[in-house]
Amino acid sequence: MKTAAETALAEAFAAVRAKLPGDRRIAERRAAAFEAFDALGLPHRRVEEWKYTDLRALIREAKPLAAAPDAQAKRRAKGAGALLAGIGARRITFVDGAFVAELSDLVALEPGLSIAPMAKALAESDPLVASRLGAIVPTDDVAVALNTAFMGDGALVRIDRDARLERPLHLVFAFGSDTASATFTRSLVVAEEGAQATLIESHEGPDGIDYQVNTALELFVGDRAHVDHVKIGIEGARAIHVSTLMASIGAHARLRDLVFTTGGALVRNQLFVRFAGEGATLALNGANLIKGRQHVDNTLVVDHAVPGGFSRELNKSVLDGESRSVFQGKIIVRPGAQKTDGKMMAQALLLSENAEADNKPELEIFADDVQCGHGATAGALDQNLLFYLKARGIPQAEAEALLIQAFVGEAIETLEHEGVKDALMGAAAEWLGSRKQ
Amino acid sequence: MPAVQETVEQVRRIDVDQYKYGFVTDIESDKAPKGLSEDTVRFISAKKDEPEWMLAWRLDAYRHWLTMREPRWSRVDYPQIDYQDLYYYSAPKRKAGPKSLDEIDPEILKTYAKLGIPLREQEILAGVEREGTYSRVAVDAVFDSVSVATTFKEELKKAGVIFLPISEAIKQHPDLVRKYLGSVVPVTDNFFATLNSAVFSDGSFVYVPEGVRCPMELSTYFRINEKNTGQFERTLIIADKGSYVSYLEGCTAPMRDENQLHAAVVELVALDDAEIKYSTVQNWYPGDAEGRGGIYNFVTKRGDCRGRNSKISWTQVETGSAITWKYPSCILRGDNSRGEFYSIAISNGRQQVDSGTKMLHLGKNSSSRIISKGIAAGKSNNTYRGLVSAHRKATGARNFTNCDSLLIGDHCGAHTVPYIEAKNASTVFEHEATTSKISDAQLFYCRQRGLSAEEAVALIVNGFVKDVLQQLPMEFAVEAQKLISISLEGSVG
Repeated sequence: MKTAAETALAEAFAAVRAKLPGDRRIAERRAAAFEAFDALGLPHRRVEEWKYTDLRALIREAKPLAAAPDAQAKRRAKGAGALLAGIGARRITFVDGAFVAELSDLVALEPGLSIAPMAKALAESDPLVASRLGAIVPTDDVAVALNTAFMGDGALVRIDRDARLERPLHLVFAFGSDTASATFTRSLVVAEEGAQATLIESHEGPDGIDYQVNTALELFVGDRAHVDHVKIGIEGARAIHVSTLMASIGAHARLRDLVFTTGGALVRNQLFVRFAGEGATLALNGANLIKGRQHVDNTLVVDHAVPGGFSRELNKSVLDGESRSVFQGKIIVRPGAQKTDGKMMAQALLLSENAEADNKPELEIFADDVQCGHGATAGALDQNLLFYLKARGIPQAEAEALLIQAFVGEAIETLEHEGVKDALMGAAAEWLGSRKQ
Repeated sequence: MPAVQETVEQVRRIDVDQYKYGFVTDIESDKAPKGLSEDTVRFISAKKDEPEWMLAWRLDAYRHWLTMREPRWSRVDYPQIDYQDLYYYSAPKRKAGPKSLDEIDPEILKTYAKLGIPLREQEILAGVEREGTYSRVAVDAVFDSVSVATTFKEELKKAGVIFLPISEAIKQHPDLVRKYLGSVVPVTDNFFATLNSAVFSDGSFVYVPEGVRCPMELSTYFRINEKNTGQFERTLIIADKGSYVSYLEGCTAPMRDENQLHAAVVELVALDDAEIKYSTVQNWYPGDAEGRGGIYNFVTKRGDCRGRNSKISWTQVETGSAITWKYPSCILRGDNSRGEFYSIAISNGRQQVDSGTKMLHLGKNSSSRIISKGIAAGKSNNTYRGLVSAHRKATGARNFTNCDSLLIGDHCGAHTVPYIEAKNASTVFEHEATTSKISDAQLFYCRQRGLSAEEAVALIVNGFVKDVLQQLPMEFAVEAQKLISISLEGSVG
């Protein structure tokens, strides 16, 4: 039996499929993806990967596809990305899932950098889309299938061999409409061999509207390339946000990733990362500060498919009110992926009696000469530490704030870009400030 | 260290294909017709001369089982089991209860002689009591599906401890059985437990009265002998207020080409201030090097810390079975109750292990501790799967989990799947897991001092699992240590 949301999605797909961008091949892929979704339906708690985030129960209705942003929507979205205003990033802005040229900065691109809106690339059968889209980390994940079926706009970024971007790229995704609707954005970033870049995504919207976001980013990190990727989730209080990162890392390349979430009613961040070349390094961090009835799920799969990979995962959740955090992390070491070094840590700090933290760190290992481990903790603030600070004259609230900042700071500090780091620590402090009232 | 030296000798003597307990005892047996139907259930119940309520209970289970589907979520792989192609009841034929050695079927005695573990003295098993020379362990032997002998009955009676085959307990202590049977693992719990509820043929029943410390270790020995037979035993242990009991089960089965099914249910109930220590040394036939034959060990084990300050401790050494699929669990219902799980799971050849525990914290200040050591060698897969959860009202719940895996060879897999669910702020949960191989530095150190590669591995592995071995009753710790080395034979070099 189909739920109302599933039926609505099927109807929406039938209605819009002819209008979605892309040539015949893309249309076929959309149809196949939707069929795959349709066969499975929205994932529910009996589906192991979605055990703690039952979309079938949590998504009561599927919102209609967002219309192209009008002048008002664009005006409302103007302030988006303000959190990182001070870092001098090159902004590429999407409002209600569509590229907005007047809010983007595409002039004087550095040598080796090319940027195009995804809708345009799909419509014009861009060769990069044909060769790479959906091929970075192939997955049969339901959320990705849905994204592929409906994908509208997004960023197509290519950084040429050995090009080094001085300015961070900032993809701003804002919701500006005044009616509840759904957006499906899909981006593809290809960092060729030896390229270096900092890529930031931020997702935000108004508190009053129960809009829905399904966003996906495919990230190719070529051999020797260095990419830092930060995803900032500050969606509105009633938003449902499902995001997927699919990244592959080439030989001796480095990917550092941070997912920072404070906003959204229901958030699922999926990260599928595959080691494609030997000797690559990965840092996957997560930081959640949530309250009220927020539900944030960070699910990651790190696939060591080749020898000599090094990965570190650190997930920090701070929970207040009746919020719930979910961490599911899986490290896979394939046969032959010897000398893999993988460590995963998930920590939850429960500030309220009614918060809930669910951790599921997994190891799946098929090679013997490896060093893998994981740890998980859940608990309240350490009374001894609090006492120590209070004994030195620091008031309770301030002492708590200090300890919480130190707790999430660990996940943020690994970033290289000082400006981004400061902005996120500022956002954390702001969250703590709002908690006191 | 004499124990290690002994281990090394064992390893030399025994080849991986020569399963030590792979013999068939040729004894006449009394079987139910093949297949499963209401008639089979009625047949078993009638054989056991059971009261009407017990038959009704079984039939309930059977009817519910018909509506259930076999679970497939675990990381094990096996062909579809044809439940109609099994015998659900097989009992060794015998004249009367064994009162002296002469009355015991000589074939059974021969079996015991070959076994050694965990039964040292055939005489103990046969019911001939003689104190002093051997360890004082009361044994209940379950042969295929029927309990054949229970020892030390008199002495246990003096202490007030009831230690009986469960079929006897149903007749002699119906009130106790009715009160507790199915209260920890409900009839409808899961596919295999429900099947067991319908067709279980025997098992052990233990009741330790209030304030009694059971004067000796209790032990059950399970053996599957008959071909094509499923073994479905049922164990129920109740420790009344302030009592203590330590219980050990050991299992072996003969070498057979086809797979045999073992689906047991164990229920433990600990009331206020009571403590139950349950140890398992499982050495069912693991199949040959190509993965033919072996036991499917699909077991439901659960303990209920029902009273305040109660404690249940599971210790398991799992070296046998083609597939081991079990999660001895603790429901920590009472305030200040404590659950422990110590496990060594070794897989070699083509064995598959998916095992772990569940610690469900419901009572205030309940605490639990999980130490799991998995060792995978050959082409085996070894998975730890565990759940630790704290209910909203379980304030002050505390858990520490440590699961380490050791990989020997590059064709095996070691996996860890923990679920950690904290539903209130005052819980403190800590979990750590590591996976690695035996370090070259350690091996080199041992080799440099003149140990062979196999001796070195045996030494290091025994060190790796020491934390768990220490939890076993002394007599069994030595046996277990040997078993570990035997299981790993052929994995190095």
